[in-house]
Amino acid sequence: MRTICSLTVVLLALLAAAACGQIPESQNGRDSLRLATTTSTYDSGLLDAILPDFERRAGVRMEVVAVGTGQALEIGRSGDAEVVLVHAPAQEIEFIAAGYGTERYPVMFNDFVIVGPLDDPAGIAAAGSAAQALDRIREAHQPFASRGDNSGTHTKELSLWVQVGGAPEPDSEWYFSLGQGMGETLNFAEQKDAYTLTDRGTFLALRANLPHLELHYGGDSPSENPDPGLYNFYSVIPVNPERHPGLQARLALEFVNWLRSPETQRAIAEFGSETYGMPLFFPNADGAFSP
Amino acid sequence: MFRLRDLQHRYGPRTVLKIPEMDIAPDELLALVGPSGAGKSTLLRLLHFLEKPSKGQLIFEHNRISHQFPVPIAVRREIGMVFQRPELVDGTVWDNVALGLQYRARSSPDQVGKAIEAVELEHLAGAHIRSLSGGELQRVALARVMAIAPRLYLLDEPTANLDPRNVGLVEEIIRDIRREGAAVVLVTHNVYQARRLADRVALLISGDLIEVSPVRQFFEDPQDPRSGAFVRGEMVF
Amino acid sequence: MSPLGEIVILTIQVSGSALLLAAGFGLPLGALLGLAKFPGARLVQLLIYTGMGLPPVFVGLVVYLLFSRSGPLGSLDWLFTPTAMIVAQSILAFPIAAGLTVAAVRSVSPELVLQVRSLGATPGQERWTILRQARRGVLAAVLAAFGRIVAEVGAVLLVGGNIAGKTRVLSTAIVLETRQGNFGFALALGLVLLGLALIANALFLRLEGVRV
Repeated sequence: MRTICSLTVVLLALLAAAACGQIPESQNGRDSLRLATTTSTYDSGLLDAILPDFERRAGVRMEVVAVGTGQALEIGRSGDAEVVLVHAPAQEIEFIAAGYGTERYPVMFNDFVIVGPLDDPAGIAAAGSAAQALDRIREAHQPFASRGDNSGTHTKELSLWVQVGGAPEPDSEWYFSLGQGMGETLNFAEQKDAYTLTDRGTFLALRANLPHLELHYGGDSPSENPDPGLYNFYSVIPVNPERHPGLQARLALEFVNWLRSPETQRAIAEFGSETYGMPLFFPNADGAFSP
Repeated sequence: MFRLRDLQHRYGPRTVLKIPEMDIAPDELLALVGPSGAGKSTLLRLLHFLEKPSKGQLIFEHNRISHQFPVPIAVRREIGMVFQRPELVDGTVWDNVALGLQYRARSSPDQVGKAIEAVELEHLAGAHIRSLSGGELQRVALARVMAIAPRLYLLDEPTANLDPRNVGLVEEIIRDIRREGAAVVLVTHNVYQARRLADRVALLISGDLIEVSPVRQFFEDPQDPRSGAFVRGEMVF
Repeated sequence: MSPLGEIVILTIQVSGSALLLAAGFGLPLGALLGLAKFPGARLVQLLIYTGMGLPPVFVGLVVYLLFSRSGPLGSLDWLFTPTAMIVAQSILAFPIAAGLTVAAVRSVSPELVLQVRSLGATPGQERWTILRQARRGVLAAVLAAFGRIVAEVGAVLLVGGNIAGKTRVLSTAIVLETRQGNFGFALALGLVLLGLALIANALFLRLEGVRV
C-alpha cells in the first residue's frame, strides 16, 4: 500500500513537471521545416549556432535530421524533409537529375585532412598529395579506418584511392571499413593507432578526446592545405514539391535564401574561431570555389 | 509398527492434536475418521515425518522418531503417501511411476509395470499425464507409491474427488495392497468406506482421539456416544 | 565467401558464443536462487531483475571503457573484435537467462515438492526434480536471452565497430544500410535475421521435444 502511495506521488510530480514545462509544438504543422543533413554540420555545432536566427525571422521551428549523406538524400527522395544540406557532389547531381530536388545551391566548404598515430609510422606528412599519402599507408600496411558508410567523406576517400590504383579489398588485414559516423571512426583510430580521413571541423571539435591522434596531412588551416582536392563543398537542395505535394516549398526556398544571405554567411565564417582558434567552415554562397 | 505415546502437536499456542496412546499394527488397515479440522491430516503428516511433533513420542519399529529429526532417509522410505490432490511430474505415466525407484537408484521395469498393471493403466503407460482424467491421475499417484512397495501406506482421502466407478477401482487397489501384507492408514470422510475397508476405526474430533475400536464394534457398539452420533451423520463436537 | 555469408556466419558465431556464456552462468545462478535460501539472495535477485532492463548502449559503453587503450583491460586488445561483442552481449543476456530461470523454478508447485519428498527423494534429488519440472520455463529463459542477443545493436556497434569482414553482424549491417538509405536491402537483412532466429528457436524447441 505504501509503495502504491509513493508511486502515485512520483507520477503526479512527473505530470506536474511536464505540465509546467514546454509543451512540444506540432511536429508536422506549418510551423516547422525539416532539414536532412550530414552529421558533420550538426556534430560540429554549426547548426545549433546559426539556426535560431532563421527560426526567429521566419517564425518556424527547424527539425534537423542528422544522418549519413546517403540517408539524408534518401529522406529527401521519399519526401520526408523539405531541404537537404549535404556534401557529395556526384550524388547531388544524380539527385537533381532524377527530379527529386529542384536545384543545388552552394553554401560553404571546409576541407579534409588525414590524421594518424603521433609518430606517423607511414610517413605521410611528406607525401606529395592526399592520394599519395593513402598509398604510403597501404605500402606500410598501417591500419586505416574508413567510414565505409557511403557518406560524403567516404566518397571522397574512395575518389582518392582511385587515383592510386583503386580501393583496398574490404577484408585486407590493415583496412577497417566501419560503416559508422566520423566520431566513431575517429574513436576507432584513436584506440587502434589507425590513420583516417576526416573533415577538419570534426577532428578539431573532438581533438580533446583523441590524445593519440595527430594531423599529419592537410596543413594547419584550409588555406594551407597542400592538396586542393581535399576541399569539401556543401550544397543545399530544396526537395522537389512537384514530386511530393504538401511540402512547404515557399518556406524551403526562404531557408535557402537565408542560408546564403550575407549575414548568415558571415556567421558561418565566424563559427568556431572562438573555440578552435580557426573557422571550421568557409562561406561559398557565390560559388567562387567549386569542385 | 507404530507406537504413539502422549503425542501432542501445536501450531503456535493452539493444540491441534492430542493422542495419549495409539498403536498401528504391521498388517492392519486403520481408518481415521472425523469432521473437518479434526486433525486427521496433521496426524498423517506426523506419521510421515513431514513435521516434528511438539511433544510426546513417535516410535516407528524401534526408532524413536521424535528424537531424531531430520528423520534418516532410509526410515522415511519405508512409508509411502497418497495425497488428496495428486501432483505429478511433467512426463508420462511410466515416468511418474518409476520416479520413486529412481530416487532409490533402482531400475526395475518389472516393478513399474506391475504397479501400472495393478491400477489398470497399462494402456496409458506411455501417455503424458496431461491427457489423463482425475481418476486416472489418482491411480497413477497410487501406482507410484506401490512401485516402491512401502511397508506402510498413508492414504489421505484418496477417493474424495472421484466418480463412483473410480472410487470402486481405488478401493479394489487398496484391498490388493492389503493382500501384499502392508499396513494402511486411511483418512476418509466416508464412514461407509471405512466400514467396507478397515480393520479398526479411529475417531478424531477437534484434535482429540475419541475412540479406536475394531470396525464391527465401532459401528455396532461404540464406546463413546459421539462415535455413534458421527456414524449416524449427526453433528459432533 | 560473399559478404552476406560472412555476416551471417559471424552473427551465428557471436550470438551462439554469447548465448553459451549467458546461459552457462545464468541458468545455474537462477537455479541456485530459485532453490536455495542464503544470505544476500534477495539482493542478488533484485540486481538480476534490474539487470534484465539494462540499456544495451550503457553496457556497450562500460565494455568499451573496460577494453579501451586507457581502460583497465586495454592490454588484452579486445576492443573492436568479436570477443568484445561476445562479452557485451553475454552481459546483456545473462540477467535474462538467470532471472527467468529463477521465475521458472519458483513456479514449481510447493505441493509437488512435498509429494516428491514423500516419494523418498533426498534433498538433492528433490532439487533435480524441481529443475526438470521447470525445464519449459528454463527453455523460455534461454529463448528470451537469445532473442535479446540476436536483435541487439547498440552495444555491438559500440564495442565491435561494425567493421566490414571483421565485426559486422546482421543487426549492425541493418543500421549501416539504413543510414545509407538502402532501405530495401536493410529490410532484406532484417528478414534474414528473422529467419535465423526462427531456425534457432525451432531447434531449441525440438531439443525440448516439442514438435515444430
